[in-house]
Amino acid sequence: MSRDKILAALQQNQPELSALPSIPVFERDQELSLTEKFKAMAEGIGSKVYLVSSLQEVQEQMNVDFADEKRIVSTVASLVSAEIPAFELNADPHSYADVDVAIFEPLLAIAENSAVWITEDRMGVRALPFITQHIVMLVNSHILVPDMHAAYERIGRTDYGFGSFIAGPSKTADIEQSLVLGAHGPRSMTVFLINEV
Amino acid sequence: MTDEAIKTHPELSETFNQDEARVDWHDETLWWIRQKRDKSAHSIPEWEMLRETASQIKNNVLSDLGKYLVSFEEKALANGIIVHWAADAAEHNRIVHDILQKNGIGQMVKSKSMLTEECHLNEYLEQHGIDVIDSDLGERIVQLAKEPPSHIVLPCIHKKKEEIGELFYRHLGVPEGTSDPQILTEAARQHLRETFLTRKAALTGVNFAIAETGEFVVCTNEGNADMGAHLADVHIASMGMEKIIPERKHLGVFLRLLTRSATGQPITTYSSHFKKPRPGQEMHIIIVDNGRTIQMGRADFRASLKCIRCGACMNTCPVYRRSGGHSYHNAISGPIGAILAPNLDMKKYADLPFASTLCGSCSNVCPVKIDIHQQLYKWRQVIVKEGYADTSKKIGMQLMTFTLSSPVIYRTAGKAGRWFLKHVPFAVNNKFNPWYKHRDMPEAPEESFGEWYKRNVKQK
Repeated sequence: MSRDKILAALQQNQPELSALPSIPVFERDQELSLTEKFKAMAEGIGSKVYLVSSLQEVQEQMNVDFADEKRIVSTVASLVSAEIPAFELNADPHSYADVDVAIFEPLLAIAENSAVWITEDRMGVRALPFITQHIVMLVNSHILVPDMHAAYERIGRTDYGFGSFIAGPSKTADIEQSLVLGAHGPRSMTVFLINEV
Repeated sequence: MTDEAIKTHPELSETFNQDEARVDWHDETLWWIRQKRDKSAHSIPEWEMLRETASQIKNNVLSDLGKYLVSFEEKALANGIIVHWAADAAEHNRIVHDILQKNGIGQMVKSKSMLTEECHLNEYLEQHGIDVIDSDLGERIVQLAKEPPSHIVLPCIHKKKEEIGELFYRHLGVPEGTSDPQILTEAARQHLRETFLTRKAALTGVNFAIAETGEFVVCTNEGNADMGAHLADVHIASMGMEKIIPERKHLGVFLRLLTRSATGQPITTYSSHFKKPRPGQEMHIIIVDNGRTIQMGRADFRASLKCIRCGACMNTCPVYRRSGGHSYHNAISGPIGAILAPNLDMKKYADLPFASTLCGSCSNVCPVKIDIHQQLYKWRQVIVKEGYADTSKKIGMQLMTFTLSSPVIYRTAGKAGRWFLKHVPFAVNNKFNPWYKHRDMPEAPEESFGEWYKRNVKQK
């Protein structure tokens, strides 16, 4: 059996044990505002960022920005309204192929690269954040962390079936290094950074 | 491809170099990416510490890979993932085919996986009547052109947008003469969306596999791995056995390094963590050896297994930038390809470790600190010793040994060389002398240093 052959060959050929290092604690610039850093990084990679102070502001802006979109779904209960219907579960992921806008509330937002961490339980279905034409993230400022080390500290050993760091709209530069937003996933990403008072 | 058909790196580079303007363009494009990498790396004060940490984590992984693989397998099985082990490319390809056959699937969508390039999976499946569509835009482009990727991160970096327009005109029905990247990308988006929505099986690569949790991480900018995997009934992930990292928290180190090194981005758009299949879905992982355990046994070369496939060494390499990825005639090109390939077939890839100036730039940018240029140098010695160096190199070396072994012969040869350069320069300034290509031969001095020393110093 290949498994045993491979493991036996490794046993034979592996070098002497080399210790696993601990990840150093990197100094972080406490002066830097996480919100500002996140916003700058997000805009740098093609996301649109709104700093807001209430859910009502979010809804109003959504109604302006996505007025022409046909199918909008919200996995965020607090953002459901007459204009923004709630996500409804259909076991067949293909049924979301015509979604224009999908709204999510991620668990973490990372200032150093503007990625947001979201697990399956907040996606509706796994395909939704990828198949939707436009993606909207509701980011509460208390979920901001400085960097990926801090993000994994928070994630710890939590269990999930699927999770993803999502940073901006899908993109490609495969044709002569010209950046094009909207490769196979969302064409745009809008982040509402809501400052908790 | 038969053995006879394989051209060497110098021969293939010569073909690439016929179009000087294209070489300049290729060179400048890749150097621009290298500069973006620098800018991004320099914005992280702890960059060097991160590289050192990543390097040490990978050293630990290599020294205990068997244990980590067993742990990964155990956790993955508990998570509901089906785990396969493949000793070589042929077994890997058979496993993929079996999974598809068992599910009665004849079409598959694939996201980027250099491992499947290494295994020539597409050709194998096509021979068995399975239709495979590559979904990464660059890979789709080279697939339509019936070419292999020329770069592990930027598969069609050698292609001009007009050539891509021509391919899309013939295959995807865009108007003739289209060359706007925006329009071409949109055409590919529409075409591939149809593919994603109709395929029942998706194959992805693996960037990192976590021994502690049994999950694996796939990084893309386009979202193609996720579009494929989440819409398919069967998800197959192919991973080289060296992709293991011990714990989830180590991803913090590697995800910070990977894309900054690759393209200068702070992170890929998607870093997806697959831990369990979704309800009703089948998820498979194929752990592939294909020569890796042998490389593990070569003390001088095992560090090549630390590679996280960022491509930084290619973007910075003066030889890669001016010879193009296809000149390496291997799935993985550039400096890292040149130290990985001889392990797979020393005869076939004997030319690759010589495709380097040994300037060391590759080692300087490597995020996991592989001593790439030193391994290139060491491979040269192994290849010559094992008798795989090409004939002209062998004769040259033998002649050098003969000449340098006796002071009399050395002095006579020097004299003869100076005489030839001075009196019959055409005897060396011709196309039979490879050194003369792109260079002028030096003007011959009147006398050697030895002669000068005798005349000026010894007399006193």
